[in-house]
Amino acid sequence: MPRLLGVEIPGDKRIEASLPYIYGIGPSTAKKILEQTNINPDMRAKDLSAEQLNQIIQAITVSKLPIEGDLRRELQSNLKRLQAINCYRGIRHRRSLPVRGQRTSTNARTRKGPRKTVGVQRAKEAAKPAGK
Amino acid sequence: MGRSLKKGPFVDGHLFEKIDKMNVSSVKKPIKTWSRRSMITPEFVGHTFLVHNGKIFNSVFVTENMVGHKLGEFSPTRIFKKHGSHTAKVAK
Repeated sequence: MPRLLGVEIPGDKRIEASLPYIYGIGPSTAKKILEQTNINPDMRAKDLSAEQLNQIIQAITVSKLPIEGDLRRELQSNLKRLQAINCYRGIRHRRSLPVRGQRTSTNARTRKGPRKTVGVQRAKEAAKPAGK
Repeated sequence: MGRSLKKGPFVDGHLFEKIDKMNVSSVKKPIKTWSRRSMITPEFVGHTFLVHNGKIFNSVFVTENMVGHKLGEFSPTRIFKKHGSHTAKVAK
């Protein structure tokens, strides 16, 4: 299990498939990197020589792609900015509702999470004071 | 689709004139506006706007972070309704 850029440990898959284990590198960037470095994408990640690994690391750092913690931090700061300036998108993020104008009457389950039933409890509580 | 860069940001003329005047004379008064569609440009920073939301004017103080957004984004037009808000009234 080779290590790339500190924490990354892609398994014994083809490198083309194991590079996307790095946060911030998808299938297409992985392909591009391998093309740049002239490494056969069908090679297993564990069979790579130290030199080839270095080449890959070089290619990634030179391309200045935001990766791992940096990328996560960048996304976080974007979110924070939207919420701090109190704009519509920030408010939608805060309420964890869809941000891009989708309907919320139905669907929107990805943002809203599992369905929560409301109502039954309320009916009981409302009935109690009336009974007294 | 985004707006063509060639045209630059869209700002309603009447609003821009007002801001220009205020920047020249360096007076800062809240500007009442209905122009929710105007983009916030660097000239707007530091001014307060009263942005109409269809019913009332929400005051928006423009900071540097807001540049590039539209004025309307800061004046919500809908009220967020929660379930159970009328239960609270019953409890009282």
